[in-house]
Amino acid sequence: MSEIPADLRYRDSHEWVRVEDDIAVVGISDHAQDAMGDLVFVELPEEGVVFAAGDEAGVVESVKAASDIYAPVSGEVVAVNEALEDEPELVNNEPYAGGWLFKIKMADSGELKEMLTADQYQEQIDSE
Amino acid sequence: MSNETTLIFQHSRPGRSATAQAPKPVSEDQLSAIPASLRRKNKPGLPEVGELEVVRHYTNLSTKNFAIDKQFYPLGSCTMKYNPRGANRAAMLPGFLNRHPLAPASHSQGYLACLYELQNFLKEVTGMKGVSLAPMAGAQGEFAGVAMIRAYHEARGDDARTEILIPEAAHGTNPATAVMCGYKVREVPVGKDGDVDLEALKEACGPQTAGLMMTNPSTCGVFERQIEAISKAVHDAGGLLYYDGANLNAILGKVRPGDMGFDVIHMNLHKTFATPHGGGGPGAGPVGVSQRLLDYLPTPMAGLDEEAGDYHWIDTDTLPTSIGHLSAFMGNAGVLLRAYFYAMVLGREGMIRVGEYSTLAANYLLKRLEAIGCQAAYPERRASHEFILTFAKQAKDNHVTALDIAKRLLDYNQHAPTIYFPLLVPECFLIEPTETETKEAMDDFIDAMAKILEEANTNPETVTEAPFTQPVRRLDEVKAAKELDLVWSE
Ligand SMILES: Cc1ncc(COP(=O)(O)O)c(C=O)c1O
Repeated sequence: MSEIPADLRYRDSHEWVRVEDDIAVVGISDHAQDAMGDLVFVELPEEGVVFAAGDEAGVVESVKAASDIYAPVSGEVVAVNEALEDEPELVNNEPYAGGWLFKIKMADSGELKEMLTADQYQEQIDSE
Repeated sequence: MSNETTLIFQHSRPGRSATAQAPKPVSEDQLSAIPASLRRKNKPGLPEVGELEVVRHYTNLSTKNFAIDKQFYPLGSCTMKYNPRGANRAAMLPGFLNRHPLAPASHSQGYLACLYELQNFLKEVTGMKGVSLAPMAGAQGEFAGVAMIRAYHEARGDDARTEILIPEAAHGTNPATAVMCGYKVREVPVGKDGDVDLEALKEACGPQTAGLMMTNPSTCGVFERQIEAISKAVHDAGGLLYYDGANLNAILGKVRPGDMGFDVIHMNLHKTFATPHGGGGPGAGPVGVSQRLLDYLPTPMAGLDEEAGDYHWIDTDTLPTSIGHLSAFMGNAGVLLRAYFYAMVLGREGMIRVGEYSTLAANYLLKRLEAIGCQAAYPERRASHEFILTFAKQAKDNHVTALDIAKRLLDYNQHAPTIYFPLLVPECFLIEPTETETKEAMDDFIDAMAKILEEANTNPETVTEAPFTQPVRRLDEVKAAKELDLVWSE
């Protein structure tokens, strides 16, 4: 049973967002890391890049597969988790804490409403 | 099974040598052609071993290998069929082996004739208008194919086409190819029945569409039933259709990609045409094209002057619009000869039997595996030459994953099928028995699977801890991927 914190928002492509004022912290869900298996490489965007919601923002690669990461919201990347360069396993071990990927300064916090709640995300996983 | 775990270097002792392999002495005279600055100053770090040590070492290693010559090898998408020994013998005739790649066409008539006939055979069997044998792997065939699509649009000044459409189940080389050729990839979703989501595809088509890359039968192991509608949608938008021929085996002699409307295709001769592969090669990925791409085929190709009756090379001097060379000389020349031999021995009727028996084998295996409790990913669909099982239930209920079951199969002396591909089916096996396996070989595999399913319920550790009987247990795949180290040093 994977963990789905109630206070986060989710995308159907398995990214999560935690809101800290006008900053969206982005990661991938416990379910996603579990399905990917042990990560060996994480490719992150550069700081300063501006994304529209849904843009490809990075790649996570495991022993099984490589998978694109999409920007869940529009805005500028203001920080990336550099620790993942040496320790991609942080995403496996702490998907909602030390395994965060990048932070976006949101251009339109209204977009959050279009994202899934924890319950809706749970439903999506169950139906997969 | 041998316990050989050493490297050849560890057998090295100063002064030992194998006379048969020892280099011939070279005179200063012969060396003078190589500039002094390019000559090595110290000896290469080769192992010093006697001939017997070498033979024993590699013979022992080979017995540890899982190989088509030893085991059932149902690796989905890879078509691990029997590689007939006769094809090796034919390709190793002295006239072929000793032909220098720079030998003039007049001294290469036999070789050129084989290539010319192979080109024609492949044209016939795929329904395409032209074939080039130049690409040296499926992936290089893809590259050639999409490069031709690009050349075609560019020649027409149609340069607003920036996207290649690819169904989400596709092999990773498809999107990689599109990107290598400078295109953006747009993924097309696949429906619950394994067919492409046609509405989504139609929506994705537009003036930006350069083409669509498709595998049919698809990587979901089913024949794409809407292929004509798909072909029309892409063509109406001005795009071209690319056929990934990795799964050609299933339809050989039955349906032709050219008749389905494809403009360009690659074939994996090392799959469908039974040339040896595994461990990375050597492959051959010829491309076939429809009328409108003929001018762009990669060179060299074999041509025939029908009047004079002699064969010649077709190269960029006579085909300047070609996308050019993909390798030095003629790709993997020996592989092409093996495929030629295979094609000639099987002929038209043989090709039909390949398609029929490979699909029969897959459907037999699927039905029997379902009967022992395996879950098919597309239970309502007939299998093509391969099919997908999903072990999502075992993963959920018993924490036994597809990887665990694959490892346990090794203990039962079965090569594991392809796992975790395609990605859209969780905990999956992609199983392809091929037409060269007997019912008994498949029954052994079914028995092994039945035992493993039972173990997964009653004694999951025997599966999750497997393999127990192999020279090594579970390998550290993460470490291997992160710290790849292939260079021996003391
Ligand atoms: C569906 C599919 N497409 C393309 C390829 C690439 O072929 P190759 O490995 O010869 O480069 C493969 C190979 O495994 C495949 O299965």
